Amino acid sequence: MEIKREDILHLADLSNFSVSEKEAESLGEDLQNIISYISELDNLNTDGVEPTYQVFEMKNIWRDDEIIPQEASREDLLALTKEEKDDQIKVPKVL
Amino acid sequence: MKIANKTVTATRLVKDALEKVKYFEDYNIFTYLDQDGALKRAAEIDERISRGEKVGRLAGVPFAAKSNFLVKGYPTTASAHILEEFDSPITATSVQKLLDEDAILIGLTNCDAFAHGSSTENSYFGVTLNSCDRERVAGGSSGGSAVAVALDVVEFTTGTDTGGSIRQPASFNGIYGFKPTYGCISRYGVVAMASSLDCIGFFTKTPEDMDLLMSIASGQDSKDLTTLPDFYDNSDSMTSVFANIATNGELLASEPRNDGRERSGLQKHLSRIGVIKDFDNEVVDTEIRNALKEKCELLKSKGYEIVELEMPALKYALAAYYIIQPAEVTSNLSRYDGVRYGFRSHETTDLSSLYSKTREEGFMPENKRRIMIGNFVLSSGFYDAYFLKAAKARTLIINEYEEAFKKCDFILTPVSPNPAFKIGEKVNNPVAMYLEDLMSVSLNLAGVPGLTIPAGTSKNGLSLGLQIVGPRRSDKTLINFSKELI
Repeated sequence: MEIKREDILHLADLSNFSVSEKEAESLGEDLQNIISYISELDNLNTDGVEPTYQVFEMKNIWRDDEIIPQEASREDLLALTKEEKDDQIKVPKVL
Repeated sequence: MKIANKTVTATRLVKDALEKVKYFEDYNIFTYLDQDGALKRAAEIDERISRGEKVGRLAGVPFAAKSNFLVKGYPTTASAHILEEFDSPITATSVQKLLDEDAILIGLTNCDAFAHGSSTENSYFGVTLNSCDRERVAGGSSGGSAVAVALDVVEFTTGTDTGGSIRQPASFNGIYGFKPTYGCISRYGVVAMASSLDCIGFFTKTPEDMDLLMSIASGQDSKDLTTLPDFYDNSDSMTSVFANIATNGELLASEPRNDGRERSGLQKHLSRIGVIKDFDNEVVDTEIRNALKEKCELLKSKGYEIVELEMPALKYALAAYYIIQPAEVTSNLSRYDGVRYGFRSHETTDLSSLYSKTREEGFMPENKRRIMIGNFVLSSGFYDAYFLKAAKARTLIINEYEEAFKKCDFILTPVSPNPAFKIGEKVNNPVAMYLEDLMSVSLNLAGVPGLTIPAGTSKNGLSLGLQIVGPRRSDKTLINFSKELI
C-alpha cells in the first residue's frame, strides 16, 4: 500500500509526537520501505492457524492481593519528576 | 577464601578495569562509570576477605551492565535522550543477583536507544567502535557490552536480546553471547522493549563463565510473572574462569580456554546437529558459510551426525518480527511522556504539548519509526492484515522449531548474514539494517535459547560467529555442548 503525507501525520498523532515538514518526508520514505518489506508476509499461508501472543501461552497471571513493601519510596519516585507540589506531580494547565 | 589468601585483590582487579576503561575511552563503550562506588565495594570485599568472612561466587569480579538495566542511583538512560535525566530508584533482579555474589559493577554500557537497532549507531551518546576494526560498528543493540568484554575491560557484561541484540554484537566481536529461553531470567528492572520477546543474557569469554552466570541469574521472580519455574540446573556448574581468578589469583584470561579437559560424555546423549538448508545461500557471506561448514566437519569428526533441515516459514520470521516487535514497542514506549520521570521539553504551553514536544525531542528517529509502524500495524483496518497475520506466522515458526528438534538435538546457524559492517553504511536505510536480524529474530519469536560462539576471523581480520539454537529449557546442555565447537 502507498503511504501518503496525511498517513504520516495521522500516525505521528497516534504516536503522540509532532513531526516537522522535513521529518515527515524522510519518515514517509522509511515507513513506505518498511511496510513494503513486512507485507511479504502476505505470501505465507496462515489459513486455520491460531495466533501466538506469548510463547508459553501465559495469560493473566495474578499474584495474591497482598500489600508488598516496595523498594522505591514515595519520595524516591517524586524526586524523579521535574515539578512537584504538595506531594503531587505538577503539569501545565489541562483546561 | 577465593581471592582471599592469594596475590590478587578485588581492589587491584577494579583498578585494572578502570585503567582499561580509560585506555579504550575512544571506543565509547560506557554511558556511565561508577569509579568511586566500584572502588568502595572492592575495598569492602577485600576487607571481608581479610577478616576471613565468606564471600560470593563472583567476589571481586568487575562487570558492566547495558544502559537499559536499572541500578539504584545510576542514570539508566537506555542510551536515549528521553531518559537522560532519570536516576534509577530500584535495581534490576538480574543485577542484584550478581551483586549478591559480590561481583563489582563499574558502570553502564552504550547501546542503541531503547535497544532499537543492530549497530549501536542509534545511541544518543554516540557510536561504539568495533573491537577488531575501529571503522566498523560494534553490532547492536548491546554494542558497548560486547566491546567491553572483547577488549577485556571487564570479565563479563549483561545484555538484552529482543531480536538478536546479544548474539549479533557477540558475533561481531568474537565472544560468547547468550540469549536464554524466554522467561529464564527475570526482566524486572530492565527497560522494556517488546515484552513477549525480551530476554536478559550475558557476554563472556568462555562457555564456563556463561554457565556460572546463568546458574546465578536464572530463576523465577515474583516481580516478573512471566518468569518460568526454575529449570536451570545448578548442580554441576563447570569450572568458570572467574573461579580461577578467585582461587589462583590469576589475572583475567583473555582467550577462550581449551585446556583439553575431558569432555563431559555429551555424545552419549546428543548425536544429531541440524543445519538449516535455506540459510546456505548467497545472502550469507561466504566466509561465514565456510566457518559453518568447518564446524560441521569438526562435529562429524567427533561422531555427530549432521542433519539438513527444511524450515520454510523461517524466511518470514523477519517480517513477522518487524510487525510484532514495533507493536509491543508502541505500547511500552507510551509511558515516556515527560510527566513522571526523565526528560521534559521546555517548549510546552499545555499538557498536550508537554507530551508531544517531549516525545518529539526525546526519541531518536529509529524510536519514532518503530512507534509509528507499531501504531500502523495495530490500527483498525490493518490489524488483521499485519498484527494478527504476524501472530499466526509466529505459531508456524514455533511449530517448525518443534518439528526440527524431533530430528536433531541442536541447530547450528549463522548469527547474521555478514561480519561487522562499516559505520554509517546502513544507518540511513532502515530495511538494510533490519536485514541484519534475518537469522536471529526467529529464536525470540519461538522463545528458544541461542548462544553465539566465536568461529574464527575473516581474511580482513573481522570476527566471525555462529549460533547454536536449542529447544526451550535446553539452556544448560546447550552451553555445555558449545565446548565441542572450540
